[in-house]
Amino acid sequence: MNSGNVLFRLVKDRLFGAGIILLSFGMLVPLFLILIYITRNGISAINWEFLVRLPKPVGEMGGGISNALVGTVILVGLASIFSIPLGIATGVFLSEYRKGRLAYVVRLCAEVLQGIPSIVIGIIAYSWIVISMGKFTALSGGVALGIMMLPVVVRTTEETLKLIPDSLREASLALGVPYYQTIVRVILPAALGGITTGILLSIARIAGETAPLLFTAFGNPFMETSILKPVNSLPLLIFNYATSPYQEWHTLAWGASFVLIVMVLVLNVLAKVVTARWKVKF
Amino acid sequence: MESEVLKVEKFGAYFGDTQILKYINLSIPENMVTAIMGPSGCGKTTLIRCVNRMHELITGARVEGRILLCGEDVYKTNPILVRRKVGMVFQKPNPFPTMSIYDNVIAGYKLNGIRLGRGELDRIVEESLQRAALWDEVKDSVHRKGTFLSGGQQQRLCIARALAMNPEVLLLDEPTSALDPKATSRIEELIIELKEYVTIVLVTHNIAQAARVSDLTAFLYLGELVEFGPSEKLFTVPEDKRTEEYLTGKFG
Ligand SMILES: Nc1ncnc2c1ncn2[C@@H]1O[C@H](COP(=O)(O)OP(=O)(O)OP(=O)(O)O)[C@@H](O)[C@H]1O
Ligand SMILES: [Mg+2]
Repeated sequence: MNSGNVLFRLVKDRLFGAGIILLSFGMLVPLFLILIYITRNGISAINWEFLVRLPKPVGEMGGGISNALVGTVILVGLASIFSIPLGIATGVFLSEYRKGRLAYVVRLCAEVLQGIPSIVIGIIAYSWIVISMGKFTALSGGVALGIMMLPVVVRTTEETLKLIPDSLREASLALGVPYYQTIVRVILPAALGGITTGILLSIARIAGETAPLLFTAFGNPFMETSILKPVNSLPLLIFNYATSPYQEWHTLAWGASFVLIVMVLVLNVLAKVVTARWKVKF
Repeated sequence: MESEVLKVEKFGAYFGDTQILKYINLSIPENMVTAIMGPSGCGKTTLIRCVNRMHELITGARVEGRILLCGEDVYKTNPILVRRKVGMVFQKPNPFPTMSIYDNVIAGYKLNGIRLGRGELDRIVEESLQRAALWDEVKDSVHRKGTFLSGGQQQRLCIARALAMNPEVLLLDEPTSALDPKATSRIEELIIELKEYVTIVLVTHNIAQAARVSDLTAFLYLGELVEFGPSEKLFTVPEDKRTEEYLTGKFG
């Protein structure tokens, strides 16, 4: 009776364990299916020409995505310039004045901002910048992506700084180091790894955003490097080509998707490396 | 008695409305080790944190009375200047994790933007590490991160970092509480050697330690200074009953 009971429990235990393993493999399935599917369809489009050439007009074979690559780099660059300094400063403020009323409001705003759908952010950037400037620009796209990136940078900065022990700050202050020097030269360097990781992950996140760019950066079939002109970007190119009726453009879209996915994977791996390498031992 | 470096006068400290220190009077002479003892929570840490104005960093903390450092009221001096004259070593070793051993020692100069020549810096590093009895162990690896050291070595690194600034007073808050007996006795020897250069205030829970290294002992109880005098006398014939009870292990 008793031993039967134990046996029953052991079986239950095993089943539970097996179930968990099975389910976690289940989680991997969609990721691998996506990777395999995109690789199968996209890899044939990839070659050196694909990366350095401009798109060709309809009907002509070949052509590349160089304008979209450059555009994506410009947009991500602009977004980083807007969001990183502001995000780090806000994160520092939140971790320094944890309990203040202003900190509470700012934190709430960051959370709300993170929850706003990207299309809405696109519309806002459109009505603020595109309308007032009278044209689609890389600048407006960069602002839209920057707004998406901002709350992530704020959060990771705050979370990383919270983990830094007070004893470190006291060590610096007790040496007579002024407060702002303590933040800039002791606290932030100790948090650099965590903050960098957060920035890399947020870049990976926005690199694939399409909706906020539809009516800001707009897209452009030509190479454009001015931030005051419309530019193309990988997700915009994928969107435009995939919804076109032309077979060659579909291939280009698959190729561009593959490139985008590789970029995101590389950023994620880089984030892991940074976390491991720049780990600060207290 | 020799000239006094530190004089605490009618001093009180608060956290919000709670009074932690009550009407403390102490005068601490030059080049001596003064031990501060007392049961847990009696305000030892608070007292020494008032000396270099670290207490006021906590919201709601405030003080009354005076603390004179070399005759000057620290509460009428810029806290940054006070802290450069008063070195502090914390209970838990806290070297700067992003800096090498070398940079840890000269952190007080670097972080304060005081520029010195390479030779001068090398000299300060070697001298401070030597005074902290760490030089022989780390002289070949001064450019490694300080956090790779053992706990006892890290604590001595923190002592070297404080000594590098040539402080008038060195405040040690239970510097050996996280260390094994060997590292502890190493630091005790060090404290005795350091008297030559600097006046030391040592918070400790360890009665034997206070007896071994200190010249004077102050006994605090519930925020009051119960007794203050030569260690030898305080440990053998204490005047106050509470001191005697503490020493015989009745409380704390
Ligand atoms: N940040 C704080 N806010 C409010 N009260 C505090 C704070 N830090 C300490 N206290 C209180 O102040 C009193 C004195 O604390 P203190 O740290 O000076 O004691 P201590 O003598 O150093 O004790 P221990 O031997 O345990 O280190 C304690 O009663 C403690 O509860
Ligand atoms: Mg204490």
